[in-house]
Amino acid sequence: MLRFPATLAEQPLIYYLVKDYDLVINIIKANINPHKEGTLIMELSGANYEQGIEYIRSRGVQVQFLTEEIVRNDDRCISCGACTAVCPSGALHIERPDMQVVFDGEQCIVCQLCTKVCPLKAMEAKF
Amino acid sequence: MGVQKSYAEINERIRQGKAVVVTAEEVIQLVKEEGLTETARKVDVVTTGTFSPMCSSGVYLNFGHSAPRIRGHKVWLNGVPAYGGIAAVDTYIGATALPDDDPLNSSFPGEFRYGGGHVIHDLVAGKLVKLKVWSYGTDCYPRREIETEITLDQLNEAVLFNPRNAYQNYNVAVNCGSRTIYTYMGMLKPHMANIHYSTSGQLSPLLKDPNFRTIGVGTKIFLGGGEGYVAWNGTQHFPSIKPGPTENSVLAAGGTLTVIGDLKGMSPKWLLGASFIGYGATMVVGIGIPIPILDEEILRYAALSDAELYAPVVDYSDAYPNRKPDSLGLVSYAELKSGWVTVQGKEIPSAPLSSYSKAKEIAGTLKDWIQSGKFELTVPVKTLPTPADGVVGKPMPVKDI
Repeated sequence: MLRFPATLAEQPLIYYLVKDYDLVINIIKANINPHKEGTLIMELSGANYEQGIEYIRSRGVQVQFLTEEIVRNDDRCISCGACTAVCPSGALHIERPDMQVVFDGEQCIVCQLCTKVCPLKAMEAKF
Repeated sequence: MGVQKSYAEINERIRQGKAVVVTAEEVIQLVKEEGLTETARKVDVVTTGTFSPMCSSGVYLNFGHSAPRIRGHKVWLNGVPAYGGIAAVDTYIGATALPDDDPLNSSFPGEFRYGGGHVIHDLVAGKLVKLKVWSYGTDCYPRREIETEITLDQLNEAVLFNPRNAYQNYNVAVNCGSRTIYTYMGMLKPHMANIHYSTSGQLSPLLKDPNFRTIGVGTKIFLGGGEGYVAWNGTQHFPSIKPGPTENSVLAAGGTLTVIGDLKGMSPKWLLGASFIGYGATMVVGIGIPIPILDEEILRYAALSDAELYAPVVDYSDAYPNRKPDSLGLVSYAELKSGWVTVQGKEIPSAPLSSYSKAKEIAGTLKDWIQSGKFELTVPVKTLPTPADGVVGKPMPVKDI
C-alpha cells in the first residue's frame, strides 16, 4: 500500500516505476485526489523491485507491505483432507498416522485455493 | 467348532460392565498379535465410524398448527425450500436443497454456501430458524401465509431420516481430462494431478461387515452424536464382494443404509452443512455402528486393515458423468492414506474427503457408550440384502415420448 502525501498527489510516480524500473504493476485499489492525501493498493513485481521501492520512498511516499494471509478457523475444520492434494505448497498437509490436517502458515503462498475447496469454509483470507 | 456368542450374552456382559469393546482400528493389531480365535473369544464388540459428506440425508419435522390453521403447500426454512407435499404442518428438508435465489453454477464454479445441510446444522445447534409457509387456502386451513421463527425445541418432532448413508465403499476419483473439474469428489485437477477418496477405510462400518451378518433393520447406531437406527437398506443398495488383488484382500462395495434418529438427541458437532464448489451443498454426517463378534468369520472381516481393503479408481471427466463402466484399476486404502498413489504408472498425490480422525473419534465414543453400559446391542429384526442375493442396479429407462 502506498500512501501519498497531498503534495505528491498530482505527480505520475507510477509511470516512472514502469518506465524507469521496468516493474509490473497491478493496481487493486486507488483513492487519490488533487491536494489530498491518497492511498493506492497494488501488486508490484520485477527485477528492479528493490530500486523501485527505494525510488518511490525517496519521493516521500510511504510504503507499507500488506500482510495478506490465510487463516484456518480451527472450530470449523474437521480434518477431512479435501484441501491437501489441492494446496500447491504443502502448507495444508496430513499428519500421519493420526490423519489430522495441519496448516503451516509459513509454507502458505496465499493462492487461496483452499478457501474455495474447503467444504466447511474453514479457510479464510485476511488482509 | 469355533467361538460362538449370542447377542444376549454380549448384552449381559455390557450390563455387567464386563464387555470387551475395541474400535475397528484397534482390533486389527489385536488379531495380528493374538490370532483370530483368541481375539474372537476375547472381544465382544468392534465399533466402526465414518464422518463424511452424505447427500441423501434430511430431516422430517412437524412445526405445529397456527391459529387460524395453514396447510403448507410451499415451505422454506432459512430461505431453503422444504417439501410441502405431505400433511399440513409436516415437511422434509433435504441436505442438498438450495435457496431459490442461489446463483447455482451461473457464475461457474458456484459456491453453494448455504443449503439444507446448513439448515439442519443450525436447527440442531439450537439456533433460530426462519420458517416461511405459503398456502392456497382451504375451508379447513384458511391461512395463506406465515413467516415466523422456530427453534428445534419448539418443534413437535424433528427426525433425521437419511435414505442413503454410510456407503460401504466409494469410487476413488481422478480427472483424466484437460481442464479442472468441480465434482462432489472435490476439485480434481487435469491430467490426474490429484486423486480423492471418501471412506474411512478400515473404520468404515459396512466394509467391516460386508456380508451384512450383523447390520440389519433395527440395528442401533451412533447417528449425528445421538442414538439412531438402521431403518432399511439404503437406496442403491447393491452389495457385492470379491477377492482383492492381494492375498486376503477384499473388494467390497455397493452396500448402503437408510438410517433414522431423533434430531433432538443429536449434536451440531456431528451434523455439518458442507459446500462443494461447482457441485452443491450437502451434509457431513457422523455414523458409528457396533459389530457384535458372534463368531470368527464376523471378526475376520471386522479386522480387515487398510492394506486389505480396495476401491476402484474412476475418471470423473468422462467415465463417471457418461456412465461408462471403465475403471482405471484398484487401489488399497493403505496406499490412499499414505498420500501418494500410483495409477497407470503415474504417481499422484491423494487426499480424503472423509475425516479419518473424526471417524476414529466416533468409533471411540461408541466404544465408551457400550463400555459404560448405556448402549446395548440390538438384534436386527430383518436382514438386509447380502452380496449373495445379487441385487444389481437398474439404469434409467430413457425414451422419446
